[in-house]
Amino acid sequence: MLEHYISLATKAMFVENILLAYFLGMCSFLAISKKIDTSIGLGFAVVFVLTITSPANWAIHHYFLQEGALAWAGFPDVDLSFLNFIVFIAVIAAMVQLVEMILDRYSPTLYHNLGIFLPLIAVNCSILGGSLFLIEREYTLIESTVFGFGSGMGWFLAIVSMASIRHRLRYSNVPHKLRGLGITMLLTGLLSMAFMAFSGIDL
Amino acid sequence: MALLSKKSKKAITDPLSTNNPITLQVLGICSALAVTVKMDTAVVMTLAVVAVLSISNTLIALLRNFIPTKVRIIVQLSVIASLVILTDQVLKAYMYDISKQLSVFVGLIITNCIVMGRAEAFAMQNTPGKSFLDGLGNGLGYGGILIAVSFFREILGSGTLYGFQIIPDAAYSAGYENMGLMVLSPGAFVILGLIVWVHRISANIEEE
Repeated sequence: MLEHYISLATKAMFVENILLAYFLGMCSFLAISKKIDTSIGLGFAVVFVLTITSPANWAIHHYFLQEGALAWAGFPDVDLSFLNFIVFIAVIAAMVQLVEMILDRYSPTLYHNLGIFLPLIAVNCSILGGSLFLIEREYTLIESTVFGFGSGMGWFLAIVSMASIRHRLRYSNVPHKLRGLGITMLLTGLLSMAFMAFSGIDL
Repeated sequence: MALLSKKSKKAITDPLSTNNPITLQVLGICSALAVTVKMDTAVVMTLAVVAVLSISNTLIALLRNFIPTKVRIIVQLSVIASLVILTDQVLKAYMYDISKQLSVFVGLIITNCIVMGRAEAFAMQNTPGKSFLDGLGNGLGYGGILIAVSFFREILGSGTLYGFQIIPDAAYSAGYENMGLMVLSPGAFVILGLIVWVHRISANIEEE
């Protein structure tokens, strides 16, 4: 059983990297990957929030929104799954707020390090994408948690390696019009090609 | 065009080239790339984004005087999310196959930075008419890039355009092969990078 979860996590981290294979979370990836320190901070925040919101959204989908999920309340025919999007985004926003408050109370250092990145995460595509994927792929509760953690780690790896590459890039002579978004996209292409070498790995 | 005043015309045409949401404002790339393997999905995605963006801009501009500044983000989000749910249901009802292929990416229009960005930057300060045009222009500017990327990916990766074969069989028998890389994710990044480059040369814009 444990192998199954490890394999799921590695798959989410490397083979099906949420950023490099599914293009989720590109906006913040492009905006924040200029400095290594900040990208590490944002990366950790994404891991944290993805790991928490994935099981939360799983539970809400299974006990409230799914077809027949309200049987315990006496409504066996109700199918609220069309509400998925709006409920998920509300849960994510609320979770981010909650995490912010808990961190502020119990771990002020971490709170200060993550700083402005926490609120930004509410609109990071990878968080909502993770929740939507786990519904579509019909994961169980534990699988969803593992998947959320793995995807977050994958995103963390991608943004930190990108930040390091862009750090080195300052000393190279890039054609003027290619600077900024252009060269970053080309580099992401190369990075994504490198990650494709992991495909086929099955633990 | 006598129909539109100069300013409203600018609201539409600007985002198409000199202020394109993807290549210059760097917004909304998340969902832009995943749906560009084939042109038909890219076209449907463009229509969905144009619809959501123009309607959400209009609604938010209509509501702008009633929305308290403190809770504006959550109001904007709920307007956008409701519109996305509508779009998703329409797609599921009338274009089931394509909606299956687009899978989670229709839902991800909610977190598409363009929609929130235009609501916050334009619709909160302008009249509904102008906001509608701004939404339309930005949606089309976004769609233009999406369709351009999918054009190259489909013709190089599968040898077809909108499902019709373009590369003749003779070329294949003479040894021509489809570029497998274009179908995979790196192809999207590389094509978008090159499009950004070409666009910035033609519009003569530099970063930093």
